[in-house]
Amino acid sequence: MSAVAQRSLRPVGPRRRRSDAIARGVVLAFTIVAIVPLVAILYWLVKEGLGAWSKSFFTTDPTGRFLGDPGGIRSAILGTIEMVALASIIAVPAGVGVALYLVEYGKLSRFANTVRYFVDVMTGVPSVVFGLFVYIVLVVTKVAGTFAAWKGAVALALLMLPVVIRSAEVVLNLVPNSLREAALALGAPRWKVIFRIVLPTALPGIVTGSLLAVARAAGETAPLLFTAAFVLGSSADLSQRMNSLPLQIFNDVGQAQDRLVQRAWGAALTLVVLVLLLTLIARLIQRRSKLSP
Amino acid sequence: MMPDEDARTTPLDAPPDTTTEMPQPDEGAAEATPKGGSPRELAASPDRKPPPAEATAPGISLRDINAYYGDNHAIKGVSLEYAPNQVTAMIGPSGCGKSTLVRCINRMHEEIPGAHAEGSIMLDDLDINAKDVDVVAVRRAIGMVFQKPNPFPTMSIFDNVAAGLKLAGMRGVDVRERVERSLIGAGLWEEVKDRLSEPGVGLSGGQQQRLCIARTIAVEPDVILMDEPCSALDPIATLRIEDLIQDLKERYTIVIVTHNMQQAARVADTTAFMLLGELVEHAPTEKIFSNPGDTRTEEYVTGKFG
Repeated sequence: MSAVAQRSLRPVGPRRRRSDAIARGVVLAFTIVAIVPLVAILYWLVKEGLGAWSKSFFTTDPTGRFLGDPGGIRSAILGTIEMVALASIIAVPAGVGVALYLVEYGKLSRFANTVRYFVDVMTGVPSVVFGLFVYIVLVVTKVAGTFAAWKGAVALALLMLPVVIRSAEVVLNLVPNSLREAALALGAPRWKVIFRIVLPTALPGIVTGSLLAVARAAGETAPLLFTAAFVLGSSADLSQRMNSLPLQIFNDVGQAQDRLVQRAWGAALTLVVLVLLLTLIARLIQRRSKLSP
Repeated sequence: MMPDEDARTTPLDAPPDTTTEMPQPDEGAAEATPKGGSPRELAASPDRKPPPAEATAPGISLRDINAYYGDNHAIKGVSLEYAPNQVTAMIGPSGCGKSTLVRCINRMHEEIPGAHAEGSIMLDDLDINAKDVDVVAVRRAIGMVFQKPNPFPTMSIFDNVAAGLKLAGMRGVDVRERVERSLIGAGLWEEVKDRLSEPGVGLSGGQQQRLCIARTIAVEPDVILMDEPCSALDPIATLRIEDLIQDLKERYTIVIVTHNMQQAARVADTTAFMLLGELVEHAPTEKIFSNPGDTRTEEYVTGKFG
């Protein structure tokens, strides 16, 4: 037996056992430190929020009364759904289009790399900046009125765009090049290769990435604060002010009234459940896809 | 019966190996010789069918082809005739440019960023490498089967075969009839006729490759290019594809790139040997393997290098 083998085959000494135990302990401690706030948030959300939930909580609009019945959060739920839907209609096709350009046409060209760089920068821009941008460009200039739901949706779309682009680009890059070659070699024009082969193959991944972007947009307060503003009633008119869950929470939580604060908790729980549902759907679609990253 | 048996078992001994970067003629020759299958004897393969009496497909003639990857000069002035309804094998060590040359023929080479090719490629009397020629039309006339089977993962068996018709925008074609005929032509019909709606990627590797061949012949090209079509397959699947190539010869001009010299000897009417981007020799397969005109060819086919 060689000297090396003899040395390494000796039983593990007490010192090594001790340092191993310490290292494990430290890592475990950090994990617990990180987990505790997460569990605490969920615990408080359910504990405080579930009490606010009732049928009328979801079916009535806020009344705006400080005393007496404060009403429910119907307008906030509808407003969030409407604005996020409009934002998705803007951001998802545009984002997938940019990703298609980057992967199928731009490739490693200087322009494509510049676009990638700006997309990365945009991913890191704080959400309040998007709100401020839309406020300056569309609200202050009084384009078709002042505060409007569609302006809020534009701010949310800008926020979603880099997330959609980046996730779609990753998935499109996962589509094997051999499939593109096979289709091209059959005599397919490039646009048909993209629409018939590349997009269908990448679709589950694109949907997943887009849903995660939607989930992120649904929880944003800052972009809506000075674009869609706050209002009590429900409406389907996107040219008017529109309520939203994050803004409802923002307004209620500062009130010196227990029932309003409790409504904020209820709204927060509603928002988390909505986002959780979206994330779950995204996970399910991703699991069924053959191209998960 | 015995020589036939031998010729049929030899390919099983030298399975093409995708993980091996360089072809290993030494091993192939060493294994083949004791069984009475030196490349020399294999050249007269009883599996090979004669070409049809009258040409049913056009030939291709390459004139002074130069191909580049950026500044890298990969193909250096190759001129070569592919005779109608014949199988031409392209052999040579890795990196000699045989795949690149074949990809020039259906203009797939230029799909690689930075790559381009010069020279004339005459299909009948039309230069398909000219700038103003529609590459989409070229690729409809010249089909290609790739190294790894690549059925479309989102499509059923039926849709995979029909894909070319739809992608190429062919109208007025009875799709069902064409799919059936192509699957029969690719020798896959009997195995899949009861499960045409199942996904194409659910088939075995060899079946997938025959599915890809069916997909290629469904658009009825004149020429079929095969870029190492068997290198990802086991020996039995390889043999089926080789038999199929003999049948396809009736209707198509075929160019096959192969790392496997026994395969070239079995399937090809003529064989072209390439080295470092140049064409060394193109001659009837029997001559290449028994009496090559160039010493480099002889050294390669006898396993002195590669």
